Amino acid sequence: MSLLSNTVTLLGKELRTEFRSRELLTTTVVFILVVLILFSFAINPTAEESREFGPGLLWLAILFAASLMLQPCFLREQTNDTLSSLRLAVDDPFSIFLAKLIANTLFLLLTEILMLPLFAAFYNIPILPQLHYLLLVLFLGSLGVSVAGTALSAISAQARMRELLLPLLLLPLLTPVLVVSATVSVSLLDRSPVIEWKGIAFLAIFDLVFLTALWLFGEYLLEE
Amino acid sequence: MPSPTPTGLRFDNIDKRYGGLFALRRVSLEISPGECVVLAGRNGSGKTTLLRIAARIVRPTAGKLTFPAANSESPANNRPGYVAHTTMVYDELSAEENLILFAKLQGVPQPTARAEELLREVGLYERRASLVRTFSRGMRQRIAIARALVHRPSVLLFDEPATGLDPLGISWLAKSLGGVHRSGCTVVMSLHGESEISALATRAVQLDAGSIIADTKTGASLHSILTFGGA
Repeated sequence: MSLLSNTVTLLGKELRTEFRSRELLTTTVVFILVVLILFSFAINPTAEESREFGPGLLWLAILFAASLMLQPCFLREQTNDTLSSLRLAVDDPFSIFLAKLIANTLFLLLTEILMLPLFAAFYNIPILPQLHYLLLVLFLGSLGVSVAGTALSAISAQARMRELLLPLLLLPLLTPVLVVSATVSVSLLDRSPVIEWKGIAFLAIFDLVFLTALWLFGEYLLEE
Repeated sequence: MPSPTPTGLRFDNIDKRYGGLFALRRVSLEISPGECVVLAGRNGSGKTTLLRIAARIVRPTAGKLTFPAANSESPANNRPGYVAHTTMVYDELSAEENLILFAKLQGVPQPTARAEELLREVGLYERRASLVRTFSRGMRQRIAIARALVHRPSVLLFDEPATGLDPLGISWLAKSLGGVHRSGCTVVMSLHGESEISALATRAVQLDAGSIIADTKTGASLHSILTFGGA
């Protein structure tokens, strides 16, 4: 009960501070937008090439943007040592992680939903017919990125060269999520769409495994 | 404000090592419920580490920390209140939002009422809606103290509480700390030199290179440790 109520309280704090400053959302939206525009001008793809490469580019942009967004996640708790006050206040430190990863997933999903119409326009890919499945893939992929990213953000925040460490650890770890999410998205946006349930199941299992690991070992990541 | 159940602290052979460096070496110390203990010593003598271990923010490498006479019916009160060098509150939240947040996390009943009560006590009620980032050093210290007291702790830990405060601020702090101590709270604080705040001490413990080198409750020795201990 205290895990749930503390998570809700902390999630409220995460959302309030972000919507007050809009630092993360602005950075992520601008980054993904720039990447999508640059690629669309650089490659100038045909309709078929767009369907084949577009989703991969979208996921690559999401992954790089996420690494930017996840960096300050624990780093800004160090400014006033607020991580210590949170650890003093909560019974279960998992609530700190849970609130942060839910907030990160929501921010990432919000950015993706804002970017999807632009992606469809720049790459001339109709997304509406498969939108519900596409949103499912975006949710599972974003959750995977957030779970792994939040854990690594806690580790890297305490290290020297922290700005370099997070992308170095995060990008290789998330390669399977990137490959599977892009593959499932390509199949969904094909002229004859196919729902790759195996890929979707892989993403769900990845999320579950990392969430369990975070629940079991998260406490040690917060130690000084 | 209801008085907390007095709780003591007991450190048994505490070691804390960072790599090969000992921050604390076999520290054993028993603090009785209701005492006001000053930790004195040079920079790097281990005062902050000892306080962070007492706050359960840092885990000792070896040894054991216990809280004798802790109140099992009200576990939130058993969590020490800790005031560090930094404010440990969010700059992007208002004073009231910060206190409500930490009250809710610790299961304090009626968090809004408790936050308002504390804001009045620390003299920040008029600025309750202002973001903490707009506060002066003295106001930040007041909100830090209010955060530490929000769950009515039975043990209060202060790490150099007078740092950055002007004489008026120090007088206010001494008065507030005196009130908290009289209400039954055990107070442990690290200090440099003698001040109005150190006058509250009932005991002084001097640390050097991570070990306790003096521990006294008597007048002359107490004065000597407080005067020269932090030199």
